[in-house]
Amino acid sequence: MCVGIPGQIVGICNEEQQLVDVDISGIKRPVNVACVLEKGEQVANLLGDWVLVHVGFAMSRIDEQEAQETLALLDELGELHEPDSDEKLA
Amino acid sequence: MKYSDDFRKPELVKNLCDAIGKIMGRIASAGTREKVRVMEFCGGHTHTLFKYGLEELLPKHSGLSIQMVHGPGCPVCVLPMSRVDQCAAIALQPDVILCSFGDALRIPGMHGNLLDAKARGADVRTVYSPLDALTIARKNPEQQVVFFALGFETTMPSTAFTVLEAEKQNIPNFSVFCNHILTSPTLRALLQDPTLELDGFVAPGHVAMVTGLDIFNFVSDEFHKPLVVSGFEPSDLLQGIYMVLLQIANGEAKIENQYTRVVKGNGSAPGLDAMTKVYMPHPILELRGFGQIGNAGVCLRPEYENFDAEKKFGHSESILKPQPTAQSQEAFRQLEELLQKSRCGEVLKGKIEPTGCPLYGELCTPHAPVGALMVSSEGSCAAYYNRGIRSRKDSLLAADA
Amino acid sequence: MTQEIITLAHGSGGHAMQQLIEQEIMAVFANPLAPANQATEDQARVPLSLLQAHSNGMGGQLAMTTDSFVIDPIFFPGGDIGSLAVNGTVNDLAVGGAKPLYLSCGLILEEGLPISDLRKILQSMRRAADDAGVAIITGDTKVVNKGCADKIFINTCGVGVIPSNIQLSVKNIRVGDVLLINGSLGDHGATIMAMRGDLGIDKGAIRSDCNGLNEQIQALLEACPGIRCMRDATRGGIAAILNEFAQSGKVKIQLKEDSLPLKAEVRGLCELLGLDPLYLANEGKFVAILPEAEAQAGLTALQSFSEAKNAAIIGRVLEPETSMAPVLTMRNAFGSERLIDVPYGEQLPRIC
Repeated sequence: MCVGIPGQIVGICNEEQQLVDVDISGIKRPVNVACVLEKGEQVANLLGDWVLVHVGFAMSRIDEQEAQETLALLDELGELHEPDSDEKLA
Repeated sequence: MKYSDDFRKPELVKNLCDAIGKIMGRIASAGTREKVRVMEFCGGHTHTLFKYGLEELLPKHSGLSIQMVHGPGCPVCVLPMSRVDQCAAIALQPDVILCSFGDALRIPGMHGNLLDAKARGADVRTVYSPLDALTIARKNPEQQVVFFALGFETTMPSTAFTVLEAEKQNIPNFSVFCNHILTSPTLRALLQDPTLELDGFVAPGHVAMVTGLDIFNFVSDEFHKPLVVSGFEPSDLLQGIYMVLLQIANGEAKIENQYTRVVKGNGSAPGLDAMTKVYMPHPILELRGFGQIGNAGVCLRPEYENFDAEKKFGHSESILKPQPTAQSQEAFRQLEELLQKSRCGEVLKGKIEPTGCPLYGELCTPHAPVGALMVSSEGSCAAYYNRGIRSRKDSLLAADA
Repeated sequence: MTQEIITLAHGSGGHAMQQLIEQEIMAVFANPLAPANQATEDQARVPLSLLQAHSNGMGGQLAMTTDSFVIDPIFFPGGDIGSLAVNGTVNDLAVGGAKPLYLSCGLILEEGLPISDLRKILQSMRRAADDAGVAIITGDTKVVNKGCADKIFINTCGVGVIPSNIQLSVKNIRVGDVLLINGSLGDHGATIMAMRGDLGIDKGAIRSDCNGLNEQIQALLEACPGIRCMRDATRGGIAAILNEFAQSGKVKIQLKEDSLPLKAEVRGLCELLGLDPLYLANEGKFVAILPEAEAQAGLTALQSFSEAKNAAIIGRVLEPETSMAPVLTMRNAFGSERLIDVPYGEQLPRIC
């Protein structure tokens, strides 16, 4: 449905238009953060955050902890040998 | 690349395939079924399946087969040809600059696609973001800049914010030709079709990122089917499939979220606010393959009428019902004939495989597409074609129809 | 009073044209390598004995190629339409095993083109020619009304000599051979895509790989006498030329995805815009098919060039599968394989 890719907010491009600079593997692009700014939150507060970018908009902040948990869960999957241990994965 | 490569590691994919194999064993030993049909609703997932060759990696099991059914969640594929023709007619108006995502330029209309309109003199430009179209409008005040808005809920906030920005910056020569579609009405139309037996769904994570998970509740409450919202990396999709199979093995039908690093339960409040401010449900929308569906899409609210390309251009007959030009009469007639035989609608809903369509591989190929499913790299026909199934007889070898 | 911009007068055969040719074009292209005095006659003249000297015996062949260059923008990081024209022509000769010798330069100029731009382009052509050891010995200039051409178009013809001992052809391709590329994919295509104003991308370190390949290819030919064939991967990327190899060689060619050299920024652009680097244009890359035994020698020879330090073996030639026609596929790190079709039309950014 939608090509969305992770990028890191590395600068502020135009505060008034809620535009930040996002780095994606070495290239940069202005990205609008209206979708991820909480009420009253300053754009500068997002510096360093990782966001999911789609058609020039940051659509969601990427949750580092959830990412690590998912990866850990998938790593563990490798060591599961006992048949009934699949339930734990849900 | 952080958060992409992490979820493309071969060992994760291997672990998931092993786990899927074990779960298939459990389902097979229960002896209640020989086939599990899982629909990946979203074209982005169809693309991931094809790009990473995941279907080939799914384990084989003597007692049970998994079939991935490619769903209609590809905004390019469900767009009616008439909308492409209307968009091309707008683009051909004098002093109009038509901005569009790259995917939309090759969708076939009855009078060719937007690239054909460009060759006939229309000013058609590819943009990556609707905000880029707004910038073009600001820089060309004497021309009407029209943005061809497409996509499900994932892309709806960006168009809405762009309309709000156009109003704020007072850019009157900008307008949107709105073709946004809603996920649940399309999904409900599928589930209501008695001839479609689907055992579970992998749902689009980037839609849920905006809407939250609740829009899918009816799938489990009313239709008792498992649904897992998934991301688009190979391990995301395989984990989504695994979680659907796990529910089937346990006899459950819940709405689950695999894509926890991006999707929050309630979605994006600012995005949803912008959408409610700018859009209203479209009373009756025609979706290719589904016919007319009530409230299946959105259009701009009256307050934003002057940013609505249909209001600006929709009155003229040449736009509403574009006629074939003299030279294209013959091509137009031939296309109509082909369309009678095409079965895009049934392929879109996963009722038949692409190779079930009489045009597949000979009269409809990526080089000369009749239907959008063969154009978009997310369409199931293009996915089949690129899996080496070049003609209908190939299918008898490869696919277990 | 020197003119600021190109006008129709520069194309009408009179004094203005003469002045443009002598002061702007001939002045830049005058070259001791050029055999005869090109200015006075309607054609450049090359003694056959000179060509013979390059053919290493009687069996040598004359190689000739032609190309047109219509790129927009005409200036881009890593090159311009001038260096692109010379290198593109030199490369078409070099991948055939020819030693490039002489080029022609046909200019079609739009009324209003700043002469300073033309001068920059001509100087860039001269530098590229000197780097490749070729001379631009003949040419033509036409001027068209504003709007009838996009600033400048360049058509070239290239002439070279293939020594008798070199017989490169797709018919030489054998099952078991390997594919060698001289560097990263898609740099040029990514540069041009990133420069399109309406995509709003700051391309960072991306730059075109526009470069003459005759020296690299000369070194490769010496290191690997058994080379089967070569082709430079321009429009349509390596997907286009490898499909051609498979069709004409009647073989299956299988790429290994994780061996493909790719710059981080090009990968970032492809991820952002939903593009596939296999289809992105290159302007300084070629793929050679050679026996596996010579692979290491080929890598070492290429990696001594700074522009080819990322040279890599990226795939191999296999028996074509009975059920399928000759085909190009790619195997990924997960062990699954997918088909890589010929490109259909221009690659467009994708959002869904």
